[in-house]
Amino acid sequence: MSTEPEILALRAEAPSPWPTLRAALPRLAMTLGPVALAITLSGAVLLATGVNPLAYYALVVRQGLLSADGFQETITQAGPLMLLGASLIVSFRAGLWNLGVDGQFLLGAVAAGAAAPWLVGVMPDGPALVLAMLIAMASAAAWSLLPAYLRAHGGINEIITTLMMNFLGLSLANVLIKLVFIDPATTLPVTRTLPVPDRLPRLFGSTVDIGVILAFLLLTATHLALTRTAWGLRVRLLGANPRAARHAGLNVPRMTIFIFILSAALAGLAGAIMVLGTLGNVRADWDPGFGFVVIPLVFLARLNGWAVMGLVFAFAMLSIGSQSAAIRLGVPQYFNFLLVGLLLFFLALVEYFGQRARMV
Amino acid sequence: MAALFTQAFLAALIGGAIAAAVPLLFAGLGEQMSEKAGVLNIGIEGMMLTGAYAGFLAAYETNSLLAGFAVGGLAGLLMGVVMALACVWLGLNQIVIGIAMTLSAEGLTSLLFNSQFASLYPSLPTPVPLAIPFLSRLPVLGPSLFTQHFLAYFGVLLCLAFGWLYLNSFFGLNLTAAGDKPAALDAGGVSVAGTRCVAVLVCGLLAGIGGAYLSEVGSGVFVPFMTNGAGFIGIVLAMLARGRPLGVLLGSVLFGACLSMTTALQVAGINVPTDIINMLPFAMVMLALIIFGRRATLPAAFGHSYQRGAR
Amino acid sequence: MSLAGGDAADAKIPATPLVEFQAVTKRFPGVLANDAVSFALHPGEVHVLLGENGAGKSTLIAMLAGMQQPDGGEILVQGKPGTIASPARALAMGIGTVFQHGMLVPTLTVAENLALGGQWWRRPSRAAISARLAETCAELGLDIDPDAVAGKLSLGEQQQVEIIRALWRGGKVLVLDEPTAMLAPPGIAALGTLMRRMAASGIGIVFITHKLDEALDFGDRISVLRAGRIVGAVEAQLLKTLPRAEVTERIIGLMFASAAPRAPVQATASRTHAELGSPVLQVTGAGMKDASGRQVLRDISFTVQEGEIFGLAGIDGNGQRELAELLAGQAAGSGIVLLDGQNITGLDVAARSRLGLRYVTDDRLGEGTERGFPVSLNLLLKQIGAAPFWRAGVARDGLIDEHADQLVRAFDIRTPSIHTPIGRLSGGNIQKALLARELSGPARAVIYCKPTYGLDLQNIEAARTRILQAAATGIATILISTDMDEIIAMSDRIGVIVGGELRRIIPNAGNARAEAGRLMAGLDDGVARPESVHVH
Repeated sequence: MSTEPEILALRAEAPSPWPTLRAALPRLAMTLGPVALAITLSGAVLLATGVNPLAYYALVVRQGLLSADGFQETITQAGPLMLLGASLIVSFRAGLWNLGVDGQFLLGAVAAGAAAPWLVGVMPDGPALVLAMLIAMASAAAWSLLPAYLRAHGGINEIITTLMMNFLGLSLANVLIKLVFIDPATTLPVTRTLPVPDRLPRLFGSTVDIGVILAFLLLTATHLALTRTAWGLRVRLLGANPRAARHAGLNVPRMTIFIFILSAALAGLAGAIMVLGTLGNVRADWDPGFGFVVIPLVFLARLNGWAVMGLVFAFAMLSIGSQSAAIRLGVPQYFNFLLVGLLLFFLALVEYFGQRARMV
Repeated sequence: MAALFTQAFLAALIGGAIAAAVPLLFAGLGEQMSEKAGVLNIGIEGMMLTGAYAGFLAAYETNSLLAGFAVGGLAGLLMGVVMALACVWLGLNQIVIGIAMTLSAEGLTSLLFNSQFASLYPSLPTPVPLAIPFLSRLPVLGPSLFTQHFLAYFGVLLCLAFGWLYLNSFFGLNLTAAGDKPAALDAGGVSVAGTRCVAVLVCGLLAGIGGAYLSEVGSGVFVPFMTNGAGFIGIVLAMLARGRPLGVLLGSVLFGACLSMTTALQVAGINVPTDIINMLPFAMVMLALIIFGRRATLPAAFGHSYQRGAR
Repeated sequence: MSLAGGDAADAKIPATPLVEFQAVTKRFPGVLANDAVSFALHPGEVHVLLGENGAGKSTLIAMLAGMQQPDGGEILVQGKPGTIASPARALAMGIGTVFQHGMLVPTLTVAENLALGGQWWRRPSRAAISARLAETCAELGLDIDPDAVAGKLSLGEQQQVEIIRALWRGGKVLVLDEPTAMLAPPGIAALGTLMRRMAASGIGIVFITHKLDEALDFGDRISVLRAGRIVGAVEAQLLKTLPRAEVTERIIGLMFASAAPRAPVQATASRTHAELGSPVLQVTGAGMKDASGRQVLRDISFTVQEGEIFGLAGIDGNGQRELAELLAGQAAGSGIVLLDGQNITGLDVAARSRLGLRYVTDDRLGEGTERGFPVSLNLLLKQIGAAPFWRAGVARDGLIDEHADQLVRAFDIRTPSIHTPIGRLSGGNIQKALLARELSGPARAVIYCKPTYGLDLQNIEAARTRILQAAATGIATILISTDMDEIIAMSDRIGVIVGGELRRIIPNAGNARAEAGRLMAGLDDGVARPESVHVH
């Protein structure tokens, strides 16, 4: 009963781990094209609301990239986004639509935010933070078990189940924050704040924490595992042709559940490092929607880890820059959703015409 | 516990359930038609949101709720056109386009609303419900079941109309064929793309109206992202109802009951945190999927675009 | 280029053909599918288009049915030049097509399927449709229930409904694409009778087939198609007057330019006497239920010895695939399977494959390979992660490529490179790759499911030779095929499977073909059964 997701025109062609530049050029055009179109059309919308798009984009770049503080924040923000990218790459390569990444992200954040302040009180910071991250990953993974099982053994479309778990997760996070893990010291609905010295250590006296390094390593590992190892080949076979996978002797239900767990754990870790590195606590009613927004980026990157890094960095810049823009130009951060949504749409179009051009 | 069975509570629950069910019903019926024809419309959440925004805006500017519904429906219809062009005509991946539409709609509506109203908090006056004569004087059921906004009654009529349409008309047959075996429909000389386009457009129209109801009648305000999964619930309703519009009606009332539980409980004097109540509809959906999921049948050609003569 | 004597006194055939193709050409990227094809269909005749797979038949049908447009030449309908722009136009012009793969909507009833295509704002009149159906059935000697759900009818009945539907709007031209592929002998005979009846009422039938015998049995005229061209035709006159053997020879002569045929019309690779060894594969009481609880395999038991070829005959859809999947470990069921005396019943696909039990699937691209993966990886698809090709999970490209090179040479797989995505190869070469994969390494028992389906003559020959060679090395072979010729040519013993049951196992002796045919038709011990129910 489940639909077999064909990711745009993506097929399971063996991706090269180190792409050559010449081979990459047409790809580059097909990647930058949608970006340019999306930026232009979004700019037009900005114009319609009375904001100068050039001023907006200039401000975003200045604040997100060119200012010292902003640049550091951008790099820091890229950390959780990279992990979400890794999470989605794993899931999409296997042909599974884990659309519940937002809920998994948030539950991971809450779990880390709740566990860490307590753990640093009973053990040294290092192991405490590691343990908090593991707890976050486990919580997020647990949240994915139900849709995973339903898909693996019931053939129930995971798009719907993961979306529902998403909404459930958001509400559950709120319940946990407001009722269970609430900080007794304040009146705000927020978890206990992790003191700054106990957070993820900073790099070289900047405000960037090692979460970014961890994210970079994990994204790289994910990419290499998927492109170079036997395990990765199995995952790609599963995603490209589940029937052939079964014929080849792969245990499809077991692999499905494992992929879900892995994908969710990475998303949960993303939430964890955001809390343990930057925020220190989790507010109620906080839903940045990073997971959903990374989906178009991952497609644009054609599920390639390096490309995801670049695109995620660009989006991080947008994310940080638009915070300032929200204040100075009155453009709310929802703008990012529009930009990224249009990006995905134009990507699909460009892919289609690109395919047609290649067939002639 | 006895407080739960007072008239006030039941009336509040049933009334609230029906009112909350309306947008779900419209979304579900629209999605059902689309799915019958073989098109999975994930963008329905975005279509509802656009309808909510456009409808609210129109109603606010013209002081006419009806104008709001019309404009909201139109906005949804326009998004349906985009979906039809992209997925039916060009054959792009339905899931990807659906996600793109939902994301874009969320960003666009929030952006536009914010730029227009910024720190004002515009709201619409509460509409007067339509009371069915005589029936609306019954105890409990009267004020709840038979005193509803006219769209609720219209929704039920639509439900019955679709039921008849699917079983008794050529269009109904064509829809089934388009979803199950589009090659057969094509061989029979009927345009598969045309049939699917109509289905998608109807879905957009209904989703837009449902969204407009949410903002105009349901809450009287527009809040960014206000649909909060209603469109996705519509997808689940369509999947579980197995092709029967009455199934969508039943499901939407049940889920509507979950959504309206908070207010009803407050009436009964029971105080349960809103967040837990918010979990109810989605938890129920998951439960329904666990129990009935395996039997939720989808048409064979679902999700795949049709190309004549393709191997 | 016809061999007809041009006897104008044959008044049965009037002047204006129903449909005529004049020098019609059709090109696809890289291939000339039809090259200046000319033929004419007259009312009341059965015109056979005879050609092997790949000769261009499907393209011709596509153009007749309105699914493709010619690039050159003219199509005349009722003597007037026209364009069959779409399936709708084809129907409007009176041309109905019955394709090889069912075109009925399985969830709708017969009446609803017939109603498809009416103006959408109207209500289909059930009564009118039922009445007309009854009338048509009476005329043609059929019996169809209008309220039966299409998906539940037998394949033969579905075909009948499709024929009725093709002519529902009063069309005069019926195109049948390989209609006997899914039928048992009685069904084929019934189809023949039906065609006679229809022809008698003035309908012209285009009958496409690759089987010479069928062409001779059913055709009033035979046009021979080869490599996209009509290489000759045999007129009605000749078919009626000459003895069958002579017509056969003429057709064979038509199919080949030179006097001496370069390749046989029928594949000749066949079984010579074989030395059989000890039992390798022992199956006892195999059974399986499908998702809805229906028994699709019932108490199947047989043994295959070393070097033996056990042919499993039966009409498509009677449990062959399920049995193959059960033996290979892909699907779960009941019963016991022994390989070289070892109980492998609980083992999965990978384990069974390692022990030497291999399965060549008939679904080459859908299941056997992944089209986007290179040839080299597809050749190791069932051994992902295994040494020596992978070490500690990391691929060793050098060894993988070497392995691929070896197999490509040994099995004559034509591919631009071992890194070409296998989807780009022709069907024949993909089949070679599948055979290469399953036969390499220590194979003890191999199950072949329809190994020559859809291949051209050369590749059929190559595949059969390969299977025979493998058996000669001692491999216990199960050959599942719907092609009776193939079964007879290759098997030592023949098992006939009907409705998920192994009816009987017979030796491949003189009357095996007739015997198997009777068993397949459900004629057991003289007791006729209803047309064998398909399992799907």
